[in-house]
Amino acid sequence: MEEVVEKYDSTGYLDMELLRFTTAGSVDDGKSTLIGRLLYDSKSIFADQMEAIEAVSKRKGEEHVNLALLTDGLRAEREQGITIDVAYRYFATPKRKFIIADTPGHIQYTRNMVTGASTANMAIILVDARHGVIEQTKRHAYIASLLQIPHVVVCVNKMDLEDFGENAFEKVRKDFEDFSAKLAIKDVRFVPISALLGDNVVNRSTNMPWYEGPTLMHILENVHIGSDQNHIDARFPVQYVVRPMTTEYHDYRGYAGRVAGGIFRKGEEVAVLPSGFTSKIKSIDSMSGPVEKAFPPMSVTLTLEDDIDVSRGDMIVKVGNQPESKQEFDVMVCWMGDKPMQVGGKYALKHTSRDARCVIKDVRYKMNINTLQKIEDDNNIALNDIARITVRTTVPIFLDGYRKNRNTGSLILIDEATNNTVGAGMIV
Amino acid sequence: MESSYKLTHLRELESESMFVLREVAAQFENPVLLFSGGKDSIVVAHLARKAFWPAKIPFPLMHIDTGHNFPETIEFRDKFMDKIGARLIVASVQDSIDQGKIVEEKGFNASRNALQITPLLDAIEEHKFDCALGGARRDEEKARAKERFFSHRDDFGQWDPKNQRPELWNLFNGKKNMGEHFRVFPISNWTEMDIWQYILLEEIEIPNLYFSHMRECFERDGVILGKTDFIETRDTEEVKPMQVRFRTIGDATCTGAVLSEASTLEDIIDEVASTRVTERGGRSDDKRSEAAMEDRKKQGYF
Ligand SMILES: Nc1nc2c(ncn2[C@@H]2O[C@H](COP(=O)(O)OP(=O)(O)O)[C@@H](O)[C@H]2O)c(=O)[nH]1
Repeated sequence: MEEVVEKYDSTGYLDMELLRFTTAGSVDDGKSTLIGRLLYDSKSIFADQMEAIEAVSKRKGEEHVNLALLTDGLRAEREQGITIDVAYRYFATPKRKFIIADTPGHIQYTRNMVTGASTANMAIILVDARHGVIEQTKRHAYIASLLQIPHVVVCVNKMDLEDFGENAFEKVRKDFEDFSAKLAIKDVRFVPISALLGDNVVNRSTNMPWYEGPTLMHILENVHIGSDQNHIDARFPVQYVVRPMTTEYHDYRGYAGRVAGGIFRKGEEVAVLPSGFTSKIKSIDSMSGPVEKAFPPMSVTLTLEDDIDVSRGDMIVKVGNQPESKQEFDVMVCWMGDKPMQVGGKYALKHTSRDARCVIKDVRYKMNINTLQKIEDDNNIALNDIARITVRTTVPIFLDGYRKNRNTGSLILIDEATNNTVGAGMIV
Repeated sequence: MESSYKLTHLRELESESMFVLREVAAQFENPVLLFSGGKDSIVVAHLARKAFWPAKIPFPLMHIDTGHNFPETIEFRDKFMDKIGARLIVASVQDSIDQGKIVEEKGFNASRNALQITPLLDAIEEHKFDCALGGARRDEEKARAKERFFSHRDDFGQWDPKNQRPELWNLFNGKKNMGEHFRVFPISNWTEMDIWQYILLEEIEIPNLYFSHMRECFERDGVILGKTDFIETRDTEEVKPMQVRFRTIGDATCTGAVLSEASTLEDIIDEVASTRVTERGGRSDDKRSEAAMEDRKKQGYF
């Protein structure tokens, strides 16, 4: 084992981190070209894929190989020439592995971007240098802020069409900063690029000597993601109770789950919600042996010193740092159902490993996501709308504000007739 | 201080997959893990062991047996089941053919890959499985890039690309109506490279077909195929010993081999890192049409 690990280290595989990002842009801003460029310049494209898109480009009579074709998905979309959903792409450099949640830039946009954003560490927002910050840019920035994506990079694309001039870039930066001051975006950077020609995507541009910042790839590889998770408020939603019932592990009762926040250590005193019983962590188990501590997003199995009743949907927390336990609370919801939200209607609700039912009690306001204005007295919440609502649940939910913890601050609403996921909720 | 609270990409992927496997055990009454004997399903089975350890995997494994196997695959499968103490169900394509439910393809490029759909759906119905876990990855093929972790199938086992539920955060919605079931893909976010690195990291045993060996092979349409009793060769196709290994293991009649001297996991990783053709590029059945996979998915193929 020792030997294998060493060899691994020397080739760097063991040091790689995972970064998840999402891309946002209006139609034709160059999103597909940019992703194609990232894949191409980082040598993540295989020869057979390249041949396939060369053939298609030729058939369509296109002058250059269309890198945008690399990220083109299902047949229906190929036929219509559009993308309709969230697609995931993968590539890696020696430093990091990347997962791109690629979302289309037209109808159903909000629903798809929210989906892609929910797991992202970073959002890339594309702006066409010729058009500057437009209404859609603001919408994308708002969603990035609402979903609390920790890092945002605004890529000012098609700089070649602005003669690589600094003015166009500076105007975007200023307009975006003015607008986003009202938002809760913590870390925002700006990069002038040409996705088509490759400037400042992976390779540094020689056309824009006035830009001294890093390339997009440099940011992707180096942005500090170590603090993206909450390491303070210990939360362990119990997913599954492990009971081997074998001779060797006769009385073993382990609580399997994924750490949703904070750090758990062997020997620490914990409380179990909702019962409130306290105990100590006896061990943190894994198949390769016990570990001393567990932190997000580790999947482990906890055992406790005392024999108390714990089941799926319960949450193990520190005695001195507990989430709120509530049955009525406010949520920012993004509506994803084809049928509008029913005020007074009942929905199934999933929060961590806990299932409940809830009733929508009230719409506080609906968001105009283009102007960031709150619209009161409009209870019609339809597909792609974002609103602040009050829900009442059948059982207590152990929650944190979404800003404090994305894992314990998020929930989904499910239509009980169709079983479809119809709402994405962020606890206020 | 912070750096000690970081996971590597492999550990993060592992943790995500274990989370998904535990959700399956918690949300479904009667799940099954589809086991092909290939590296991806071996990794899924390994992750399932980790997810429920020290308990055994709380659901059976099922092999959809095309009958067109390299003998090494079946040997490995049986040894593996013994080792992990899992229950194995075998659903056989041959049985479905014998029962007249499906008709064997004819001709030189006949393959049983597409024929797996019927025994699979029949077995799901017979055993009343409400969830079938598979080892598919999103990076394998374009049509899979949009696949969900929890993929909903109607009561005909069909997949409707336009009617898949949005998946947010780590909140997986496995609710369904009578007769419907789910396909769940715990390693959706893994790439071929991740799989190999993980096999090395965790010292997971895999069939020796993956390592370089001498085998009687021939070339057809640019794909190297192993000579077996199940495949007819044309007079123009010269069968000769070649030093090869397989990148995927499936129906022996259409799984392409690659010329390779990679005889250790480290060699394979180096080879994968420098290779210029996707894994599925070596599967002759995928070449039939650009949208082949998508069609088979709609019918209920993995
Ligand atoms: N001149 C120029 N054209 C670009 C650039 N990036 C993309 N394009 C072109 O803009 C059009 C739309 O690009 P595409 O990537 O399909 O946009 P999407 O709709 O955002 O995915 C295509 O014709 C691209 O070739 C760029 O940096 N410079």
